[in-house]
Amino acid sequence: MTDATVTLPVSTLKDEADKIFARKRLKNFGIPGLILAYLVYVFFAFDVPGLADRMRLDNAATLVSDSYSYKTQVTRDNRSGDITVAKEGERKGAYPDGMTPDWVEMTDEGAVVDLPDGHRVLFGPDNSAVYLHPTFGEITAQVSRTDGVTLSLPEADLPDWISYSKARLDIRTDAGRLTMTRSKTEVFRYFFGWELFWFTLDSPYHNKSVFQIVFGPQLDETRSNITGAVQDFWNNAMWRHKDVVWALGETVLMAFLGTMGAAMIALPLAFIAAKNFTPLLLARQIARRFFDFVRGVDALIWTIVLSRAFGPGPLTGALAILITDSGSFGKLFSEALENVDEKQIEGVASTGAKPLQRYRFGVIPQIMPILLSQILYFLESNTRSATIIGAITGGGIGLLITQAIQTQKDWEEVSYYIVLVILMVIAMDWFSGWLRGKLIGRKD
Amino acid sequence: MTDATLHSPQPSVGDIQMHYMALTRQKRMYSGIAIAIFVLLMVSGFYVADARNAGGFWDGWHQMLDFPAGVVSEAWEKRANLPGLMVKYLPALIETLNIAAVATLIGVIIGLGLSLMSTRGLAKWPLLIPVFRRISDILRAIPEIVIALVLIFMMGGGPVPAMVAIALHTAGAMGKLYSEVNENADLKPVEGLESVGANWMQRMMLGVIPQVAPNYLSYALLRLEINIRASAILGFVGAGGIGYELRNSMTWGQGRFDEAAAIFILLFITIVVVDQVSSHFRNRLIGTGGH
Repeated sequence: MTDATVTLPVSTLKDEADKIFARKRLKNFGIPGLILAYLVYVFFAFDVPGLADRMRLDNAATLVSDSYSYKTQVTRDNRSGDITVAKEGERKGAYPDGMTPDWVEMTDEGAVVDLPDGHRVLFGPDNSAVYLHPTFGEITAQVSRTDGVTLSLPEADLPDWISYSKARLDIRTDAGRLTMTRSKTEVFRYFFGWELFWFTLDSPYHNKSVFQIVFGPQLDETRSNITGAVQDFWNNAMWRHKDVVWALGETVLMAFLGTMGAAMIALPLAFIAAKNFTPLLLARQIARRFFDFVRGVDALIWTIVLSRAFGPGPLTGALAILITDSGSFGKLFSEALENVDEKQIEGVASTGAKPLQRYRFGVIPQIMPILLSQILYFLESNTRSATIIGAITGGGIGLLITQAIQTQKDWEEVSYYIVLVILMVIAMDWFSGWLRGKLIGRKD
Repeated sequence: MTDATLHSPQPSVGDIQMHYMALTRQKRMYSGIAIAIFVLLMVSGFYVADARNAGGFWDGWHQMLDFPAGVVSEAWEKRANLPGLMVKYLPALIETLNIAAVATLIGVIIGLGLSLMSTRGLAKWPLLIPVFRRISDILRAIPEIVIALVLIFMMGGGPVPAMVAIALHTAGAMGKLYSEVNENADLKPVEGLESVGANWMQRMMLGVIPQVAPNYLSYALLRLEINIRASAILGFVGAGGIGYELRNSMTWGQGRFDEAAAIFILLFITIVVVDQVSSHFRNRLIGTGGH
């Protein structure tokens, strides 16, 4: 060896070194270059430059502002002249007759609506409305059947925060918003927070403090304060706390049933697929191909197939998780089984144990820690999958989220659900870690 | 010691046996209770799920194969169409794959940064370790579908919302996995580099990354597999790609099941191929370089 290197001329060695350097250089610049080229290709394939046009920033603004604030609408029906006040403009959030927030005053001719910073809207007779702007002045508008919306301003020019046509007037200021069409006149006032989260307006406990409810006088003759408050909160029509808790429960249930069912199905099949337990090649191959098939047909397809048979709901989701994961578990468990120590099984066999006893006392104790930690890991990750499957089939919190997103107005509910999902996943993560620690001891 | 044994009487075999039996009985009772609770949870859980489902299990299970059978028989009748349809849906499949690939790439890069920032001994700002860990936790906890749906509302349909959603989730997952890998990295090269005045970036690039790269790549490949499935699912809720085509062909219903079958086959082949290729490379990576 040393002989050979000595006789090699220096120039050959140099050439070789140069070659290695060149290869290395090519690799170091080539791979990032390829990645960059790929990203450039995708940039155009995904039409990112056109994204700016398609981007709907007003949607984004609604989403963000809606998730931390709500609006209360004062609406006048321009045909009947009736004035209603409702949170978020929903029936569920409407103030009962004779009850108004303190910034709305009903008058004989209409109503006076106070907005922040000295802005004020007067609903007058004959479908007229006056917007009193503290710096700009008085904006008067009126709807009539023949002329549509007519507008009179203190200045000749239309400021950019007013958009006006015969069909529609829209005044937007920082204090609030006034819209007027032939059919109705609406004033919006914005508030911070989530509306009616605890109690709806028809509940006697609305706007009462915890102290008043717990220690104050009885507010409802038929129920004690605490039962009444719990019932009204639980049945809150705006936020549907009952349904939300059920939905979260359904999602966890899907993950639990699916994961545990999959593990129970996969364990016996894994014995068939493991080389050291099944000498018969054909049986092994069949079990393994079964695992591959079940895993290869994606959870998406299983979900579609199952929802055709069972309809939407938690059972469909649980079965979809069960089928997909029995493939993954089968593969993992059979690998664990192939790595068991034969000596322990021999030891159990030497005491005259039958095959089933040999498995029970020679094999299961060895693979139990791996099994449990895999199952618990899957349980946690399946909580998330169950949310997604619920969104596809319709069930659990996934369904509530997709519904709330598709209505495109209850963004505060969307953010509420997102927070709940995050808490649920983190709680499952913590729980599975805790259980793993209890059952098999800490990993590190 | 000897004193104690002299005074206290030697426990007889019978005593030891009794003690042992008592312990065994106790252990059996505990595991019996645990199993009983588990069975109770499973059974009651099944009944609750069954009751809250639109169609019951006992009515539905024999219909389970009706839909696949319908698809297969229709696809078999029109089997001449299948190759053509598969070519037709190839661009959609490539879009799904691109979403997954780019999301994995971006997610891995962000996750790498998060993991370095949240590993003890490597973090640039050790005080902020809990902050970066919580960021990873939260990114991991949000299901992709939620981010995707919100972004679809803001940006309109298309691959970008799905890509962003999957990338964010990947970043969170990789942030956790990689920081576990980082914890096993040898700190000596980092110290050596520090002693010659290397800055944080250089210490990480030259001291840590070469040690952990095989494990990183192996996890990234595994993630690519997962992300292809996720990208198909997101397509189903409107983010483009093969999932979107699948939903369209499903809503057409009977008569267009050959299209659904073509998409099923494409998706199946893709997942199996990616699975095999990535497990081959992962074995090689861990076999040669990693520990």
